[in-house]
Parts: sequence; structure tokens; C-alpha cells
Amino acid sequence: MKLEKKDILGMKDLTVEEINLILETAESFLEISTREIKKVPTLRGKTIINLFYEASTRTRTSFEIAGKRLSADTVNISASTSSVIKGETLIDTARNLEAMNPDVIVIRHSAAGAPHLLASLVKQSIINAGDGAHEHPTQALLDMMTIKEKKGKISGLKVAIVGDITHSRVARSNIYGLSKMGAQVFLAGPATMLPRNIEQMGVKVYNKLEDAIVGADVVMMLRIQLERQKQNIFPSLREYSQHYCLNRSNIKRAKKDVIVMHPGPINRGVEISPDIADDPSYSVILDQVNKGVAVRMALLYLLTGGNE
Amino acid sequence: MKILLTGAKIIDPAQKIDADMDVLLENGKIVKIGSDLLKSVKSKDSEKVKIIELAGMVLTPGLIDMHTHLREPGFEYKETVASGAAAAVAGGFTSIACMPNTSPINDNRSITEFIRRKAAEADLANVYPIGAISKNSEGSQLTEFWDLKDAGVVALSDDGKPVMDAALMRRAMEYAFSLELPIISHCEDINLSGGGLMNEGYYSTILGLGGIPSIAEEAMVARDILIAEFTKTCVHIAHVSTEGSVRLVREAKKRGLRVTAETAPHYFTLTDEYLQGYDTNLKVNPPLRSTQDVAAIKEGLADGTLDVIACDHAPHGRTDKELEFEYADNGISGLETSLALSLNLIKEEVLSWPELIAKMSPNPARILNLSKGTLQVGADADITVIDPQLKWTVDVKTFRSRGKNSPFHGRKMQGKAILTIVGGEIKYVLPSLKV
Repeated sequence: MKLEKKDILGMKDLTVEEINLILETAESFLEISTREIKKVPTLRGKTIINLFYEASTRTRTSFEIAGKRLSADTVNISASTSSVIKGETLIDTARNLEAMNPDVIVIRHSAAGAPHLLASLVKQSIINAGDGAHEHPTQALLDMMTIKEKKGKISGLKVAIVGDITHSRVARSNIYGLSKMGAQVFLAGPATMLPRNIEQMGVKVYNKLEDAIVGADVVMMLRIQLERQKQNIFPSLREYSQHYCLNRSNIKRAKKDVIVMHPGPINRGVEISPDIADDPSYSVILDQVNKGVAVRMALLYLLTGGNE
Repeated sequence: MKILLTGAKIIDPAQKIDADMDVLLENGKIVKIGSDLLKSVKSKDSEKVKIIELAGMVLTPGLIDMHTHLREPGFEYKETVASGAAAAVAGGFTSIACMPNTSPINDNRSITEFIRRKAAEADLANVYPIGAISKNSEGSQLTEFWDLKDAGVVALSDDGKPVMDAALMRRAMEYAFSLELPIISHCEDINLSGGGLMNEGYYSTILGLGGIPSIAEEAMVARDILIAEFTKTCVHIAHVSTEGSVRLVREAKKRGLRVTAETAPHYFTLTDEYLQGYDTNLKVNPPLRSTQDVAAIKEGLADGTLDVIACDHAPHGRTDKELEFEYADNGISGLETSLALSLNLIKEEVLSWPELIAKMSPNPARILNLSKGTLQVGADADITVIDPQLKWTVDVKTFRSRGKNSPFHGRKMQGKAILTIVGGEIKYVLPSLKV
């Protein structure tokens, strides 16, 4: 099977078949990263540009490693959004990059929809590495790959996502992806962190963490951005952590074999208590990072027609 | 020169005329209106009269758009007074009022006079400047209303920069009322709308774009109604976009308050659902709302709650729109699509012909205290002739406006102004029409 898509802009646009294809391809790539010589010649001669308008360590490194392990040439461009507003527009940047004939452009941008704008302008494949509060499809794919490995399936599972849903692209992509794959998604957060009409996405919504995680197979904790405090969506980290921090006591309400996920970077003791985060019987956070490389290798491979 | 317009169906809500009649114009005024003027003209002085055959057409008092942005001085690359006036007559508008958010802001006599001079030089549509309520539209100190009025402003507004200070709005409404100058309020609580890019609802949620809640508009509509009631003054609510605002204005009118309101064609034509492609041409403030709001706007138009259709013509350059959604400017270049979109309301049986024309001519004239909006003998010969059957496709390349930012590009339309007469002179004629 072939991926009949030019771009990966969001989980909203992917079918179940496409998600399965990506996950299966990623699974077959996992092994490469365990070799002594972690490199295959598959994408030799291909060029991948990582265009990051927003700070990122994990995602950018993951894309870069993914490209390199497939022998593609990877170029990283970091730009601050403020200079973009004043200087060259995204459209001009896109046209310039296009003129250099890369094969894939990976973009992260603080403005929702920026990857869509880019995709409409250039002939190259675009991968959305996170756009504002909109989507982060590669994160959802690596999360689903992790869940599938740990649980053997996705369909029928109960997944709770906890935290600032309003500002989370990880939450949106996971809601689309997990729902399509047959999981039930439960959300928890104070009303200030739940965007309007979110229940129309087919999720169940709770205000209390304790209510949302009852019987959960997977609990996904979202990162709290400290600067959001200024918007008064929560009064203090102290109060937030007292009610939305996953700990030894409240985790008992989930299934015994629950796995705990976090897209990182963690605020220890705010979203997850350190003993849960470090407990390998619960935490799969580092598995997620590990799967991230494989998922991104799979996407680069599928988009460049590697399976033709 | 004399012009005889013959054979058209005349709609003049001010005189309750809805019939086939002829209209004779002379020296910039309407001199005769009646059936079969053709014969008497032909027998008397046919050589000196230009006769225009308009069978199948609808002839109305010149349309008035009371909410436009002409961008000059300051942003001439977006629009000039001349290009905006050209867009107006091409869209069937004989008169337009322009908002003060130029650079510098129209908050003093010299800017008002400059705009009027530019309009006179263009010699197309009548252009009526609207002055700022507060100096530099900063919301702290009143402008010199009296001086602005003497210079020619027809209303006051801090459009685009809502007056957040209720005490200032109260003083503005009181002072303006004593001068018979209407206050036009852009109702938006900027604390509630802060950071928002589109209507807050399901679509802002899935698109990850910051939401502008309907209450950001409604809270200010309610406030301004309360101020108008308490001070026994009047207020005009600009670009109503929500169900709640319609309800508030309806209740205020029911209680006999002097509140008037307008909406724009995009608020009864488009919803936030269209934003799914992040098309910046759909970015507008107030934002496109839900289907429920669109239905309420139509109800408000039908029952008279909304007095006026004004397009909030907001032309922009490509550099302002070819950007990430978040960074793009708000606004739609509307003068050349407003009439056709509004004619849909007749097809949908929301409004009758006279009701629609009332909202696009005599009603705005009344609110702005202009002696316009009628075909009465003696009135200024401002006339719009509409071909209600003409099918056309919106092509922004043909816009007279410098602003090509229209979400309606490529849309199939029916109905168009084919002849626009201002002060007895033909200012626009459809290129294919032989006159």
C-alpha cells in the first residue's frame, strides 16, 4: 500500500487505513535504531528541511535523527516568529526553500494553519510538526504507536487526556487519531482549559481528574504552560497541582495496568508526581520519545515514495 | 442636461412607490416622476433630453453605504478616496460614509477637509467622513465634535478601536446628541475578545484559533443601549453579528429607545464553518458567526430590528492578507459585492424589494441626517439602476477597489447595478450597456 498524500497536516485528514500504514511502517523501522550502525541508505540523496519557527528540542531532534538514520540530508532552520512578522513572509520563505528543491519540509509554527498555507504554496511534501493550538500529528502517531505496543490494540481502550486542552495541539491530534482508531477519549480540566463545544469532537468531558481517569487504560497528562497563568486560566501552579497532578493515590482509580503518558517536557510535581513519572510500571514517557523517531522515519519514507 | 429614465420599475420606499414609472432629471435634481413621461418629453424637447431605456430594470434612490474604510490618508496602497469612490459607484452606491481609522486618524478638521477635497477631486460618489470619538481613537479624550461637524463629518465613531471606557462613551453620546451627530458604536469588549481570531465555538476549537465570544459584542451592545436610555440620547450599533445583539436591539426598540443597527452582507451569507481552510479573506471583525447567528440576523432584518445593510468595506493589500491567519488583517473589500449579496435576501424571501432598498438608502440617510434616499421631486438626482436578472461571477481582478480581499471571488451572483447616477451625472455604467 502507498500513502496517497502529499502532506501530513493533521490527524483530521488521515484515514484509519493511512494511520495503520504509518504505524506498521514505523514498527518496521524500530529495529534500525537498535543496530550498532544506525543507518540505512533508503533516503540517500533526499533533502529534508526542518523549518522551526518555535523553540523545540525533542521534536526537531527527533526529525533530524529520523532523516539521518535514513541517510537523507537534513537542514535545520530556526527562526523566531517575531522576525518573521517584520521580515520575510512565510510565503517568500516557502518559495525560496522550494527553489532549492528539497523533498520534504517539516514545519513548526506558533500560528495555527501555517503548515496549510505552506502546503498550498509549494510542491514539496509538508509535515506539520505542530501549529499553534491546532494539530501535532506526529506526536499523536507516536502516542498511538506506544499505546499499540503496550496494550496490543487501540480499539476499545479508554484514554483520559488531562490538562489545558484549549491550548493543546497534542490533545486535538490525539482526539482525532484515537477516536478514529476506536478508542474512547475522556478529557479532564477546569472549565477554563476546555475549549467551547469540544464535546462535539466525540469526547466525554469532566472537570475533575478523578472522574475522568476511572477505569482508564491510558492517562495522558498535558504540559502546563506557566505563561498561561497571566490569562487567568488557572490561579496558581500550587492549586493546579493539588487537583490535576497524577499521583500514587488518584492513579488507583484507573485500571491496574494503566500506562501514563506525557508529550514533554514535564513539569515534575505539577502534572505528574516524580514517583509516577519515574515508575516504569506506569510511565511510558521515554518509550514515546523512542517511537517518535520511528514514526518520523516512516512518514519521511512514505512521503518521499520510498515504498514505490 | 436632462436625462429621462424610462421603462424601469421604480422602488422608492420613502414615497411608497413600487411601480413602473419614468423619472426626469435636470440640473442635478429629480424634476418629474410619473407614468409615461416619454411622450411629453418626445413632443417637447427630445433633442435636449438623453433618454435611457430601462425595461426590465429596477430603479431606486441612490444606494448609501454608511460603513466603509477608504484608507486615505495613510494607507493609500490599500485604497484611496478616489478608488473607494470608484468601487462605490461600480457597486451601485451613490453615497458612502467613511470611518476615521486612517493614519493619521480623522480626529480633526484638517483630515476631514482633506478627505472631502479628495472626494471632490474624484467626483464620483458622495463621500461623507465620519470623525473619531476620541483623540487618535485612544479612548481617553473627546475630539472637537463641533469643529468636526462644521468641517463636514456626519457621524462619530472609534470604529475598530472600541470605546472601552463607559464614562467616555456616555459623555460622547450626550455631547454628540446635543449637536445632532449620531454616534456609531463598534461594539467589542476587547478584554473578552482579546487574542481572539474567529468566532468562539466548535470551529475555533478544532482549528486551534483563539475565539472571540459572542458576548464580547453583546456586552457592549447592552452597555450602549443602557447609556442611550439613561441619557435619553441615541446610538447606532455597527456591524451586528450575533443572535444576542439582535435580541438586545429588538428589545430596546420595543421599549421605544432610539437605537438603530446595521449588519453587513457577510454576516447573513457566511458562517465560521468556512474558515476551515484558514482563508485570511474570511478574517473579519466582528468574526463570521454560527448558522444560528446567521438565521437571527436574517430575522432581525425581516422584522426591522436591523435598519441598515452596510458592507464594512475594508480593503487591504496583498501583504496584509497573504500571511498566516493570525497575522493577517481583518476585513473584506465589500462595496462591489454588497448589493448582489443583499439581493439574495429577496430571493430567499427574507425581505421585499422596498424593504431591502429601505435598508440601503432611506434608512442610512435618516440615521446620518442626509437629505438623500428618495426620488421625490426636488431631491438630489442620486439614482441606482439594478438589473435583477444579470448573472455574473465575482472576479476581484475587475474590482475598482484596490482591495482585492474578497472571500466571494469566483462566486456566482445574480443582480447587479448597471447604472449609477450621482447628482444627475452618470458615474458608472455597466460596460456592456449602451447609454
